[in-house]
Amino acid sequence: MSEIGIMEWAKKVRENDRMAAAKLISAIERKEKVARDVLKHLFIPVGKTTVLGVTGSAGAGKSCLVSCLIGAYRKRGKTVGVIAVDPSSPFTGGAFLGDRLRMQAHGRDRGVYIRSMASRGYLGGLARGTVDAMRVMEAMGHDVVIVETIGTGQDEVDVARLVQTCLLVLTPTMGDDIQALKAGIMEIAQVVVLNKTDMPGKQKALLELEVALKMRRVEEEGWPVPVVPAVATTGEGIDEVMDQIEKHQVHMRKGDGLKQYAFQKAEKEGSVIIKDEIERVIFDHIRGTGLRRKYLDKIVAGEIDPYTAVEEVMALFIKKSKKHIQVQ
Amino acid sequence: MKKAKEKNKDGKIKVLMTKVGLDGHDRGVKVIASLLKEAGMEVVYLGMYLMPKDIVDAAIDEDVDVIGISLLSAGHLVFTPLIVEEMKKGGLDDVLLILGGVIPPEDIPILKEMGVHEVFPAGSLTEPIVTYIRNHVRR
Repeated sequence: MSEIGIMEWAKKVRENDRMAAAKLISAIERKEKVARDVLKHLFIPVGKTTVLGVTGSAGAGKSCLVSCLIGAYRKRGKTVGVIAVDPSSPFTGGAFLGDRLRMQAHGRDRGVYIRSMASRGYLGGLARGTVDAMRVMEAMGHDVVIVETIGTGQDEVDVARLVQTCLLVLTPTMGDDIQALKAGIMEIAQVVVLNKTDMPGKQKALLELEVALKMRRVEEEGWPVPVVPAVATTGEGIDEVMDQIEKHQVHMRKGDGLKQYAFQKAEKEGSVIIKDEIERVIFDHIRGTGLRRKYLDKIVAGEIDPYTAVEEVMALFIKKSKKHIQVQ
Repeated sequence: MKKAKEKNKDGKIKVLMTKVGLDGHDRGVKVIASLLKEAGMEVVYLGMYLMPKDIVDAAIDEDVDVIGISLLSAGHLVFTPLIVEEMKKGGLDDVLLILGGVIPPEDIPILKEMGVHEVFPAGSLTEPIVTYIRNHVRR
C-alpha cells in the first residue's frame, strides 16, 4: 500500500476501501511511520460516530454480545466497525484470535467491518494500536464503532476513557457480592449486562449488582447504571441492552458531554502517543550502542541499582540531544 | 529491501485458520492453530462451515499473510478452485494458501496446479509447517 502515497491511501480509507483500511491497521500495529502520516489525514471530529466499549472477564460472552449488537444496529440501518482484542502470549508473542468466530454471522455483511487485534504486550485490556484503529473505522464512515477488550480481570479500565458508552458483561457465576464491591472494572460501566441468565443464580446476582452499583460514588451525574439480564447466544434481552445504550447516548450528548468525551479521549490518545514517541526516540538512541547490555550487566553484578542506571542513560541522552539541537 | 527488513523486525506473521463447507471435524485445525500460536504467530480462527467468499473477505479485513484450510470432507478438489478464484478477485496475490487434512497424495499436484502453495496431509510433522510458513511468507 505504501507505494500509492499518503494522500491517496487516506482517501481510499475514507472511501471505505476495506483493503486500504486493513493494510493501514497492520502498519499501525507495526508502528510504521507511514501509518502515522496517513492517520494525520484521517482526523474525524468526535461525536459523529457512536463509540461503544464492551469489557468483562474471559468467557463472559463479550463477543457473542457484540455479535447481537451488530445485528441490532444493522436492523436499524447503521454500519458497524468492530475491533476485537485478544491477548498475545508474553512468552512466544503468538496469539489465538477467537472473537471473530463468534461474529461470523455478519462476516458476509458489507456494512460490517471486523478486525481482530492481538494485545502485543500492551496492558490495560487493549492493543497498542486500538485507538488508531478506532480512528480508521470512524474514517471509513461507520456509524457505530465497537471496541471489545481482551478478557479483563479487575483493573483493565483503559477502554472507559476511549468510548462514549461502556458495557460490562458479567455472568451469574462471577462470584459473591464481595467481587461486585471491589474497585476498578465495576466503576467504568455505563451499562452492566448480566449475561447467561439462563444459568442458575440470576436473581441473587442481579440483586447483588444493584446493591453494589447503588453504593458507587464514582458515577456519571444523573445516570444510575442499569443492570440488564441477557442471554447473548439466543438474543434474549438485547432489545433492553440497546434501549439502555440509546438512553445513555442521549444522556451523554446532553450539555457538554460530547466535549468532555472528546477531551478525555484526546488526553488518553495524547498520552499514548507521547509515551510511544519518547520510548521510540530513546530506544532508537540506545540501539546499537551496547549501553543496554552494559548497564544490565552492571545491575546483575550488583554494581549499580536500576534507578541510577536509568538516570545515567537519560543524562547521556539529554546531553547528546542538546548537542544535536545546537548543531541544527 | 529496507522495507522488508523493517517489516520482519516488528511484523508478526498473521494466519487465518478455518474449515470450508460442510465439514464438521475441527480438532485438527485447532491443533494446528495452537501450534502456530506457540510458534509466535497471530492466528485468527474462524471455525467451521465457511464458504470460500467468507474466508477471503475475512482474510482481506484481517490483512493476513497466510490462509490455512483444513479439509476432512473430501471436498478439496471442489472448494480449492473456488477459494483461489475469490482470492484473485479480492486481490490477495501475496497471501499464501495452505491446505491440510485428509488429502490423497495423488491430489496434491492437482491442488498445486490449481494455485495452492503447499499441502500438509494427515500425518505431517508439525515443525515443517512452521518452517514452511516462515520461509515463504511474502512481504
